[in-house]
Amino acid sequence: MTLVLEAAALGILTGGVYALMASGLTLIFGVMRIINVGQGALVILGAYLSFAFFRSWHLDPLLTLVITMPLMFGLGVILQIVFIRPLKTDREALSVLVTYALALGIEGALGYVFTTNYVQLRAWYETASFAVFGFHITYVYVFGFLLCIAILGALFLVLYRTSFGGALRATMLNRTAAQLIGVDVDRVSAIAFGIGVATAAAGGVVFGITNAFNPGSHYDLISRLLTIIVLGGLGSLRGAIIAALIMLVTEDITAVVISPVWATFVFFVILVVVLIFRPQGLFGVRVRDRI
Amino acid sequence: MRGNFLPRVRWRVGRGPLKLVGLLGLAIAALLLPFVAPDPATTNIAVFTVMYIGLATAWNIMGGYTGYISLGHAAFFGFGAYGLGLMLVHLNITPGYAPFVLVPVAGLLSALLAVGIGWIALRTRAATFVIVTIAFMFMMQLLAENLVKVTGGGGGLGLPYSHDWGGDFFNTPYYYAMLLLAVLGLFVSWWIRRSKFGLGLLAIRDDEDKALAVGVPTRAFKLTAFVISAALVGMIGGVYAYYVTYIYPQFVFDPLIGISMVLMAFLGGLGTLSGPVIGAVLLEPAQLEFAYRLGASRLYLVFYSAVFLLVILLLPRGIVPSAAELLNRRRARTVVS
Repeated sequence: MTLVLEAAALGILTGGVYALMASGLTLIFGVMRIINVGQGALVILGAYLSFAFFRSWHLDPLLTLVITMPLMFGLGVILQIVFIRPLKTDREALSVLVTYALALGIEGALGYVFTTNYVQLRAWYETASFAVFGFHITYVYVFGFLLCIAILGALFLVLYRTSFGGALRATMLNRTAAQLIGVDVDRVSAIAFGIGVATAAAGGVVFGITNAFNPGSHYDLISRLLTIIVLGGLGSLRGAIIAALIMLVTEDITAVVISPVWATFVFFVILVVVLIFRPQGLFGVRVRDRI
Repeated sequence: MRGNFLPRVRWRVGRGPLKLVGLLGLAIAALLLPFVAPDPATTNIAVFTVMYIGLATAWNIMGGYTGYISLGHAAFFGFGAYGLGLMLVHLNITPGYAPFVLVPVAGLLSALLAVGIGWIALRTRAATFVIVTIAFMFMMQLLAENLVKVTGGGGGLGLPYSHDWGGDFFNTPYYYAMLLLAVLGLFVSWWIRRSKFGLGLLAIRDDEDKALAVGVPTRAFKLTAFVISAALVGMIGGVYAYYVTYIYPQFVFDPLIGISMVLMAFLGGLGTLSGPVIGAVLLEPAQLEFAYRLGASRLYLVFYSAVFLLVILLLPRGIVPSAAELLNRRRARTVVS
């Protein structure tokens, strides 16, 4: 029983990281109606950027975020302008292919620069732990969770307390109407894509400390992130966060109760069951032609 | 899905007799290829190219005609591969020509799987459908890795192979098997395109709700197209397994196989008959060559991604529709002058 409780606690802590990465993804979908299949590869790219700074300047991995997040934000804006903006018709289908191509390109380039050997970010809090009510919790999970709460909190503040957030939410609700009342939707889209990619950088650091990774790690990551946002309902931030927690808690409990190899599978089963009854996901809205 | 970029142009561009002669010439060339160029390096490329002609054509029946983009068709490819592999191992089939007889059974197994997956996945549309198909593909990969007692898990599954076929002849039977499946796929695709069923699929692509309103049984049609497409892909997966003789979960339930067939159909022209063929013939030999030359450095992925991006940004409608449009415009100009 304590094992199960410990697994659940760990699930909530790691779920925060996935909530952050998935919220970037669902934000991009909400604003642009596109699925960024490259999000996983961008997370890995973020992890490798931190790894590069960590290797050459011996910076603390979490501190590298000060550099990598603005870098990745800029990269996201450029990617949106060059590859996403030209797609005028049938964005949903074409964007999947474009971002998949970007993922392959990033994987190939990372493989060329860093080889396909597994690497991991190192820090003192990676293995050091403290005890709460008899549970041993590693610092990195707590730091990662706090980081994610901080970034998600900032994201919600921007979305609900600034005029830019208002423009962004208006674009999510109705792109044409937002344009009519004077919202520069192209600019909003580019910035939203940048924010989504910047969350990938933050997620990448925590992922890189808690997991060994190589350029091919993005397949596993993106399949999880995509299933999270489908379970939560595409375009719903709240849904993405809750679905991420459900996923990681289920996985960690399954790993303890049944076996680690079945952890992800159980989550897929939950997704399938939910889809049978609610094809639009937990918090999705059923819109004609869009589910 | 509003498919306003999708081709409405007819694929027949040339005139009747001329087309017939051209098709006959292509068929003879395809049939004679192993005799003209019998060295294994060439026939190996031919086997994979014809395999992708079949895969892209089969995918196009679902993705091109109904507009439902499945990125998880590798699930059926892998299921067919493991289906045939396990049958060969457990039924003690003597290697040789007998395993080819079991290929339709592998296709049937994939079709059954597609009924289950399609029943759930087709409740969703557009973006969600894309993701759900990816999720199912990874589910199958996980199953193949975890059910170690059945599949051998990550260690892979070895298939019996014929010791009688050697040298230049080794690839030939597989080449003809792949060719037969590709032709079957093309025939099915052509037949669907001309049928009322095919018309219903195109109506779903253009506006599913209106199609339902005018009496197209959209659910049944979508599922049928999905199952036909999956059955063809499963049979091709079966022949693939017998050809490579050793299969691993991550190499048959491979997202790259799933995306390759989509890219080829896109490059040639979605919803056209000849598009997937042209896409496969252009891309697969190039992909094999690049993987062979640059495989170790993973740079071939960068090349693949660059081609991919160029195709989508410059030719979002594919080669065949763009070429047909160009021809039509030129013809219109001659009429005017």
